[in-house]
Amino acid sequence: MRKYVGQALPKTDAIAICTGKPVYTEDLAPANALVIKILRSPHAFARIKSIDTTKARNVKGVECILTYKDVPKVRFTLAGQSYPEPSPYDRLILDPIVRYVGDEVAIIAATSERAAIAAMKLIKVAYEVFEPVLDFEQAIDHASVVHPEADLSCNFDIGMEKGRNICSTHTLAVGDVEQELKNCDIVIEETYYTQAQAPAMMETFRAFTYLDHNSRLVVVSSTQVPFHIKRQVARALELPATKVRVIKPRIGGGFGGKQTGSGEVFAGLVTLKTGKPAMFIYSRNETFSCTTSRHAMRLTVRLGADKDGFIRALDIENLSDTGAYGEHASTTFMVCGDKTLPLYNKTRAVRYYGHAVYTNKTPAGALRGYGATQGTFALESTVNKLAAKLNMDPAELRLKNIIKAGETALAYHGNVLGSSALESCIQKGKELIGWQDKYPRRELSNGKIRAVGMAVTMQGSGIAGIDTSSAAIRLNEDGHYVLLIGSTDMGTGSDTMLAQVAAEVLDTPPAEIIVHAADTDVSPYDPGSYASSTAYVTGMAVLQAAEDLKKQIIAHSAKVLGVTPEQIAFDGQTITALNGSKVISLKKLAEALVVGTDKSQLVGNATYGSPISPPPFIAGFVEVEVDPETGKIEPIEYVAVVDCGTVLNANLVKIQVEGGIAQGIGMAMYEEVRYDEGGQLQTNNFMQYKIPCRKDVGRITVAFEESYEPTGPFGAKSIGEAVINTPSPAIAHAVANAVGVSVTHLPITPEKVFMGMKRK
Amino acid sequence: MQITVIINHRQVTLDVQPDDFLVDTLREQGLYSVRRGCDTSCCGLCTIWLNGKPTLSCSTLSFRANGQHITTIEGLRHEAEEFAGVLATEGADQCGYCSPGFILTVLAMKRELVNPTEADIVHYLTGNLCRCTGYQGQLRAIKKYLGVIE
Repeated sequence: MRKYVGQALPKTDAIAICTGKPVYTEDLAPANALVIKILRSPHAFARIKSIDTTKARNVKGVECILTYKDVPKVRFTLAGQSYPEPSPYDRLILDPIVRYVGDEVAIIAATSERAAIAAMKLIKVAYEVFEPVLDFEQAIDHASVVHPEADLSCNFDIGMEKGRNICSTHTLAVGDVEQELKNCDIVIEETYYTQAQAPAMMETFRAFTYLDHNSRLVVVSSTQVPFHIKRQVARALELPATKVRVIKPRIGGGFGGKQTGSGEVFAGLVTLKTGKPAMFIYSRNETFSCTTSRHAMRLTVRLGADKDGFIRALDIENLSDTGAYGEHASTTFMVCGDKTLPLYNKTRAVRYYGHAVYTNKTPAGALRGYGATQGTFALESTVNKLAAKLNMDPAELRLKNIIKAGETALAYHGNVLGSSALESCIQKGKELIGWQDKYPRRELSNGKIRAVGMAVTMQGSGIAGIDTSSAAIRLNEDGHYVLLIGSTDMGTGSDTMLAQVAAEVLDTPPAEIIVHAADTDVSPYDPGSYASSTAYVTGMAVLQAAEDLKKQIIAHSAKVLGVTPEQIAFDGQTITALNGSKVISLKKLAEALVVGTDKSQLVGNATYGSPISPPPFIAGFVEVEVDPETGKIEPIEYVAVVDCGTVLNANLVKIQVEGGIAQGIGMAMYEEVRYDEGGQLQTNNFMQYKIPCRKDVGRITVAFEESYEPTGPFGAKSIGEAVINTPSPAIAHAVANAVGVSVTHLPITPEKVFMGMKRK
Repeated sequence: MQITVIINHRQVTLDVQPDDFLVDTLREQGLYSVRRGCDTSCCGLCTIWLNGKPTLSCSTLSFRANGQHITTIEGLRHEAEEFAGVLATEGADQCGYCSPGFILTVLAMKRELVNPTEADIVHYLTGNLCRCTGYQGQLRAIKKYLGVIE
């Protein structure tokens, strides 16, 4: 019986963050920090012929203006990935070539925002304007080359052909997919488009920098990846790694967006040039236009099945738009196939291939789901089409084809699935939505139509064989613990949840454990919170560090009490031996160890990385109401039944699911991305880019079907990303069931539904 | 120009520029709960009370507040903590960045609506965006806090 793991404990920081305590980046900046503004390119593709900053420098309060002439000539990537990063080193802090509307042209630092803005307006730039690459389907072999520079480099071969605007190339093929498709009774082929969804976290990107008493550059940033930022800043500013320290305060949301660096290098450069603290806060417009979004993709799926409904061949061709820079281009591309194809393992051949291409648009990057979201929309929509063609219940079709625990799949890289409750997720989901009565549709007396749809998904838990986390837990002089980690609670509650894991091992209430994260000078190394890694990878590091400490506590108690470690019983507070005849309290032991005669403060340590990335599974079911007169779609209820292994904190995991489903509904229905002909992003604020408000998501019902993942902490797998994957295909399915219109181009807007009905 | 305002029951005289917005003026006074989230009056993060009414401080010029009562969450500490506790018990606080503006709107709603239904609550809070929670946990917390039974 577990005492703390699984409990619905509130987040330890809840009251402070809810009541507006100054705990976020901006709140902590020194009052005298210089304000930074960035002059940005009005052109999608151009070369800077000249920049005149003379007048701007004379504005009162201006401390420095930096152009491409003032920055190190070292290319780097903003992608927060473990070294060696798979993302190309294709950026300069400021580059004489600008590659999208909004690309950085000059950095202005002043004592006030007014002065910085006034100066910005006085900078004169002459551009040589080039024909931009705006349509990603036309990018390959376009007359314009987005990255012509010779000094762009990759850490290893990612299949880049920069002369052709190809950022990366990938093929995964097992068996002869063409032959298998020929052998199939039914082949479904369809092309899907997914949009460049924005993370739209409530706290926009921001960072401030200063030089400390040792002349080291301190970067305080709202980031998910402090250790990667440290390495990135050191490279971009040509500093030794020992000269950079990165601190992460509370984070106002990330969703993967903050797995990519942003203003740290600009602020850092200003601080190095001026010696003064400097802060850069992205406006909402800049956050939309000039940071990263989800990779827009075009996915062509060919699915072959036999007449009994067994899926025998899967072939997916992908074209991914990485925009002006290649952050996360090759890896989101791979994840798109890796986290979808293994779902169905009755296949005899599978293939997944294509390119990520450069265009002159807002760069793409990491966002919750990381390719799997796009792949799930395409694959699941196709599976739903197969069900319709076979006249088979789509839930039954899944049950026939899904991978089960103990099995492998052609595209599962030889691994065996350690845990899955997807089967029971599907069955439970059917019950909860009322599938039996509601599938596929019913007409209401007011002329509207209600219909249901579904989809299933898998993700991963951390990056197998790559990302590695360390944790340290210290027994303090007063008998309390301090848990040091480098993961980044961006609102998920992971600090609280990891304390629960350590508490379970040490048999002590989580409140007795102080969690510290993250500061690269203090925290043990952690890649950061991304790739659904924190519960699973950092979680195992914490569990093992706590076990290590517990072993040490027992060993030292045995010495003190003059018995063998096997004779010791430890209940979290008291250490007893020989049926209670010998006793010492943890408090006394700690005191003796740290300040008394024993002189040996105990610290438990562990470093953990997993050779596998166990997938959580979700079955998503939705009921929508469609108005056939207008095409308006209203989500009535979303049911998500989740297998994330053991639920580590009942409330926090549930809210992650609800929030992810809502964000997925946003992508499915509302979050449209539009550019004008010149390549200016038009959907660059909350007026144009609609994220769901509380009227837009309907009712969300969450249930858990727990499996036990043998390699996870107390059987846990991840939760963070899988949650966003099912809404797009499930809602598309429900809409198709309602009015017979198959929307293959996200988002599913009333206009597309209405026009689809008209065409019929 | 000078304005005199009553912030959280304390009268202060402030020097402001004609184009200063209240969100910045209040942050300069150390009221860090007031935050800019969007620049287009869409998100509700910057919500304060102006004479007891929820108001977006990002689009209210500071001089317009001259002679008026401003309340931020710092001025409603006890009540805010009470509701925050309910919210946290649902796990519905998440990143917390939208929470002060959201909570101020909830506390205004508590004063304004008598026996609100679920639909009334959702409608009243439409202008408070949240990207983390999916809103369901917030609704559960509000219903618990206000004792709404449906």
